[in-house]
Amino acid sequence: MTDLDEVITRVHREEWARVVATLARRFGDLDIAEEMAAEAFATAVERWPADGVPPNPGAWLTTTAHRKAVDRLRREAKREEKHRKALMPSDTPEPLGAIDDDRLRLIFTCCHPALAMEARVALTLRMVGGLTVPEIARAFLVQETAMGQRITRAKTKIKAARIPYRVPAREDLPARVTGVLAVLYLIFNEGYLASDPGKEAVRADLTAEAIRLTRLVRALLPADGEVAGLLALMLLTEARRTARVSASGELVTLAEQDRGAWDRELIAEGHALVRARLASGQAPGRYQILAAVNAVHTDARDVRDTDWSQVVALYDQLVRLDPSPIVRLNRAIAVAEIDGPQVALAEVDGLPLEGYHAFHATRADLLRRLGRSEQSRAAYDRAIELAGNTAETAYLTRRRDQLPRP
Amino acid sequence: MAQYLVSVLFDAPGLATEDEMAAIDAFNDQLVADGHWVFAAGLTAPETATVVDGRGGGEAVFTDGPYLESKEFIAGFWILEAPDLDVALRLAAGGSKACNRRVELRPFASR
Repeated sequence: MTDLDEVITRVHREEWARVVATLARRFGDLDIAEEMAAEAFATAVERWPADGVPPNPGAWLTTTAHRKAVDRLRREAKREEKHRKALMPSDTPEPLGAIDDDRLRLIFTCCHPALAMEARVALTLRMVGGLTVPEIARAFLVQETAMGQRITRAKTKIKAARIPYRVPAREDLPARVTGVLAVLYLIFNEGYLASDPGKEAVRADLTAEAIRLTRLVRALLPADGEVAGLLALMLLTEARRTARVSASGELVTLAEQDRGAWDRELIAEGHALVRARLASGQAPGRYQILAAVNAVHTDARDVRDTDWSQVVALYDQLVRLDPSPIVRLNRAIAVAEIDGPQVALAEVDGLPLEGYHAFHATRADLLRRLGRSEQSRAAYDRAIELAGNTAETAYLTRRRDQLPRP
Repeated sequence: MAQYLVSVLFDAPGLATEDEMAAIDAFNDQLVADGHWVFAAGLTAPETATVVDGRGGGEAVFTDGPYLESKEFIAGFWILEAPDLDVALRLAAGGSKACNRRVELRPFASR
């Protein structure tokens, strides 16, 4: 890669959302914003090698995209012979003012609750993240045409149903921020725990993209504790990424991971965020609590140093917010470390999670520790049947095959 | 301003109860007061429907019964005016609560 390629890649990463967001506000149309932003970047690739990189690449791209959009609207207006002055914005671009607000508008629009979750994910990656349709299609193992249609359909609905291009009203804001965070967390998890057996176990491109987008949302909503919590949760999870899958492609559990391979820089940043949230004195939401759980884990140099009572206390707090069976399952895993596998098994057994692979994997492990090999084997079988992730399947299979034969 | 159709979805015979009617009336008054009201009405059971096909040259063809035999049907509707989907969604949620049924929100095609 030449220096210029690197510059263009970096500018694309840094400026794409800004250009799309500004155009979307000026022209009231996501299609035009997306297409003209893409054209402006293509023009940059053509011209910058000869002309040099402009002093303010973001402004250059926005101006170029704006001119292209105006040209296109003019051509269309002429062709349709309709008086479309109403749609035509002024030729002189507005000063770059509330641009950050535009990016926030763009994020809230892409993550609107009236869109299907998969459409929100695709649209956010395309419009805010700047990933191409083929890239997004590859990441989710979907045909390019299908992914293209998914995005087109979402844009059509935004236009026809008048999904507004603005930061939600105060009364809607908490729920809508939660919705944005759910999209970002889903992108992260799809990268971290790919659900499809055909995919690589961990896809760093998606986890990195999710972190980058969450950093952006954090920069735009710095006072929101849950945004900080989700960023911390992602950083503390990402810090363990390389230690989490063995050279042979098998999942390595938290207890067995080489803690020296954890990324200390990400951990330090995650811990700082968690500490800042604790110092705020505000009641934490679910992401902040999950980040705190991960802070406890990443604080222990050795698994035996883990402060399990702190983990259980945090899960108690989370159960009060969200008494879902999955939260209770995770709490029970921590309980096993304090009160033993028998107590934990009693808590796990009643949970209505028959179709969830982690439920069976947890039961299998607890039964193994209790020496109930045959029941453990059956639980491993069921977990393997349900697990989609290749690294996880490999791990579960090995653990099952290590059980003593009757 | 855009107009939206809010269809009330239901799957059993019978009209709204007195309590539901009172809540719908209060909701409608609020719609009028806030300038969102265009029209609203309840419909009779789907069995009372007649499908009419007036295409082609001859006499129109009448068929007894609804076009779609489905478990759920449209029991009534509102036509609302709202500046955008966020406002329309909030109104539709209020309508759903008032009539105690699920609703489907759909924008009118703009001319």
